Amino acid sequence: MSAARVGVVTFPGTLDDQDAARAVHLVGAQAVPLWHADHDLKGVDAVFLPGGFSYGDYLRCGAISRFAPIMAELVPAAGAGLPVIGTCNGFQILCEAHLLPGALTRNVSLHYVCRDQRVRIEQTATAWTNAFEQGQEIVLPVKHGEGRYVASGETLAALEAGGHVVVRYAGGNPNGSLNDIAGIRNEAGNVVGLMPHPEHAVEELVGAPGTDGLGFFTSILKNLVDA
Amino acid sequence: MIDSVRKAAKTPDEPMPFAELGMKPDEYARVKEILGRRPTGSELAIYSVMWSEHCSYKSSKVHLKQFATKAPKSEALLVGMGENAGVVDIGDGWAATFKIESHNHPSYVEPHQGAATGVGGIVRDIMSMGARPIAVMDALRFGGADAVDTRRVLPGVVEGIGHYGNCLGLPNIGGEVVFDPCYIGNPLVNALCVGLLRKDQIKLATAPGPGNKVVLFGASTGPDGIGGASVLASATFEDESHAKRPAVQVGDPFMEKLLIECCLELYAADVVVGIQDLGAAGVSCATTELAAKGTGGMHVDLTRVPLRDPSLRPEEILMSESQERMMAVVEPRDIPAFMAICEKWDVPATVIGEVTDTGRLVMTWEGEIIVDIPPGTAADDGPVYERPYHEPAGQAALNTDTPDRLERPSDLRETLLKLLGSPNLASREWVTSQYDRYVRSNTVLAQPADAGMVRIAETMAGAEHAPTTRGIALATDGNGRYAKLDPYAGAQLALAEAYRNVAVTGAQPLAVTNCLNFGSPEDPEVMWQFAEATRGLADACRALGVPVTGGNVSFYNQTGSTAIHPTPVVGVLGVIDDVARRVPTGFTAEGLRVVLLGDTREEFGGSEWAHVAHRHLGGLPPQAVLEAERALATVLVEGARRGLLAGSHDLSDGGLAVALAESCLARGVGASVALSGEPFTDLFSESASRALVAVRPEAYDEFASLCGRHEVPCYGLGMTGGDTLVVEGVFEIPVAQLRETHEAALPALFG
Repeated sequence: MSAARVGVVTFPGTLDDQDAARAVHLVGAQAVPLWHADHDLKGVDAVFLPGGFSYGDYLRCGAISRFAPIMAELVPAAGAGLPVIGTCNGFQILCEAHLLPGALTRNVSLHYVCRDQRVRIEQTATAWTNAFEQGQEIVLPVKHGEGRYVASGETLAALEAGGHVVVRYAGGNPNGSLNDIAGIRNEAGNVVGLMPHPEHAVEELVGAPGTDGLGFFTSILKNLVDA
Repeated sequence: MIDSVRKAAKTPDEPMPFAELGMKPDEYARVKEILGRRPTGSELAIYSVMWSEHCSYKSSKVHLKQFATKAPKSEALLVGMGENAGVVDIGDGWAATFKIESHNHPSYVEPHQGAATGVGGIVRDIMSMGARPIAVMDALRFGGADAVDTRRVLPGVVEGIGHYGNCLGLPNIGGEVVFDPCYIGNPLVNALCVGLLRKDQIKLATAPGPGNKVVLFGASTGPDGIGGASVLASATFEDESHAKRPAVQVGDPFMEKLLIECCLELYAADVVVGIQDLGAAGVSCATTELAAKGTGGMHVDLTRVPLRDPSLRPEEILMSESQERMMAVVEPRDIPAFMAICEKWDVPATVIGEVTDTGRLVMTWEGEIIVDIPPGTAADDGPVYERPYHEPAGQAALNTDTPDRLERPSDLRETLLKLLGSPNLASREWVTSQYDRYVRSNTVLAQPADAGMVRIAETMAGAEHAPTTRGIALATDGNGRYAKLDPYAGAQLALAEAYRNVAVTGAQPLAVTNCLNFGSPEDPEVMWQFAEATRGLADACRALGVPVTGGNVSFYNQTGSTAIHPTPVVGVLGVIDDVARRVPTGFTAEGLRVVLLGDTREEFGGSEWAHVAHRHLGGLPPQAVLEAERALATVLVEGARRGLLAGSHDLSDGGLAVALAESCLARGVGASVALSGEPFTDLFSESASRALVAVRPEAYDEFASLCGRHEVPCYGLGMTGGDTLVVEGVFEIPVAQLRETHEAALPALFG
């Protein structure tokens, strides 16, 4: 089969797009640049919404990107099962677009925080985490000022009950997220959002110590091959 | 009514507010002589700002010349001083451009925006060379860590640097944070940026080719940082609303990020003839410099400048320091392509004029000529001062008050813990965790490493088939206490330390940038410090074979008549052939031999120990032995290339004791070492030209013989291992306790 094609979206102010594309290449898939102003997903097999400060984070993180032309294509495609992952600003955009519940608010410390963070994989039944072991602890970088996950008590209870919490902070919560939530999935498991950055933990030489982030990228390949 | 050239000719005796704009009577007389009439308000705006200390280097020029006249021969230097930033050949067709610049005064007035726009300004300097900015660093100085105002300034500065750099997507890979009471009221914010470009794609600030269009692009122009120009506007128009303007510019990193991507696409499309960023002096500086370096003439219609505040007068437009603006010279046939790229990135762009061959910079406002000057007279022919200088009255007394009289500590364990938990040596995590060090995924080393290192792995037009294993390393250093005791040696020690910090990572030091922070040049004692420091730095650059490629001078860092310690901050850039061979910081594994390189003398003048234990500053700084420094670097670089070094760390503030502790903290690996000399001197002296390396036992003989060949003293101190730092017969400290002490200090101070 030809290489899986993973779209990487660039909004104005997106920062980690080349990083995500490089990680996609590293696992042998093809990264396809997608432009915010196009109504075109270019027939990709999956989509990566990278981190950054799209539209300068003005108004509210992700609030403007949600209305970008590409999102008009992405939202129905995700609804129809296209695997989508959003990291950091990408997670914020997925929440603003209502593909995932809840919201990301200012860190309780009121400071931006960049650190290597231990997290636990709580859910492997997603398109993006099936290569991990249930309960596996890994280290991924976090780097954000608005990463505190909040949702109503009802939503939180539903997330927990349904096994929709995908990644949870372990060994210290960097931002005050409720229930130590670092990442969640939608009902179907094809859409995942998380604050940590798997794409910054894929090479020994650069980024966080170790290559724990690779699992997110091998997961999507496995998912596409199995599908 | 407009103060046009015609009006100026008719009203030769109308008094102009040159003094309010910081111009001396003889400087104003020279302007009149150049023009053959009185200047218009707009012309006065241009000359006053272009001839300011900040833009003209009028007090420093005669001394800075040495960086060129004494420059060592360097095949790596592609563009030297005088451009927006220097450019260095780093091999395989790649070039790096880097520069450090101060934003000290604005950062005191408004710490967040002052520091943020400092980052923004230096990034645009790098962009204007045709490069993609790839990393930033900052050298920061604050007043005493426990001073009330430091709690206002430091968090604001860190947040400003973090916010701007993080939003731009540039990894922050290092820098310095130093506290000293001399910086209260005069914090130093020196921002460094490094960029990458193909060697054959350097852009210069020049406007050749009559008929070519002058395009202003980026943010619109508002009333930022035009305190001075308001004098003109209100003097001319009696308009009170122009009198009160914010003095500090406000940055928009989102616009800057768009500008970066937009510029890179413009370069790739080859639609730019010349380019200049708009920094200090805004449109005045960009137009005069572009015109002066090009065909010599330019016609600009100021009415076309897009304004954020439509009430701005031409004098204010000329002086506005609104951020995130660039000016390009574009061939007429390329204008549609240029505009299309700007539109793609949502970057407003406007043609405001064109290049001429008249030799005159002519500007119009609502159809009237308001500026008509030879641009070189503003850009290049500013006043040059040979300021008088002499040794400060107290210098001899300061130098004879040596640390010999200070009581030596009896408990060296306590001394180490006290130093490790002191504001200048404690962990910088509180600061650096607010900066993104990972973005772009090329960061090989970042704080707390001795130098930051990034691999060269950018995709760039023209480089599709140019893979490389190379990386660049950068470090900045500067010790104000050393420079206060001896500015000549202090500047050399700053260079030596930055050079050594680059070498310990395995990179070969190649080139230098500097930011010279001093008090008032009108004070002969300060001017002596400046003359000595520049002389020392130029001599040391020659001795180490690394040329100065550019930099910045910041004068008037003083409160009343009290100047800061002279603080030359030196940045060194180095290259490593294969980033996979970089040497990580500290003790990376158990069972490695701990080796000290270099000799230790009893040198405590200006030391961290004297500062922390006795609040003492006197005597002389450590000797700068540049041949030893060069030999040490050779051994470190060659050792890394041969894969002999498992870890390394330079020795500087706090001496061997602090270097050992930090090396243990790097990966939580302990060590056991023995000293051969007097323990206090061995542990805490700050002799230069020394480094600590961790060597695999089987590689030791080869490394020792390498040291022997280059006459670098090499002492096996012991082995890594365990969870305790043991200095035999002196003290034992668990690594956990070192960590707690090291990490608690800054959070305790700043929350």
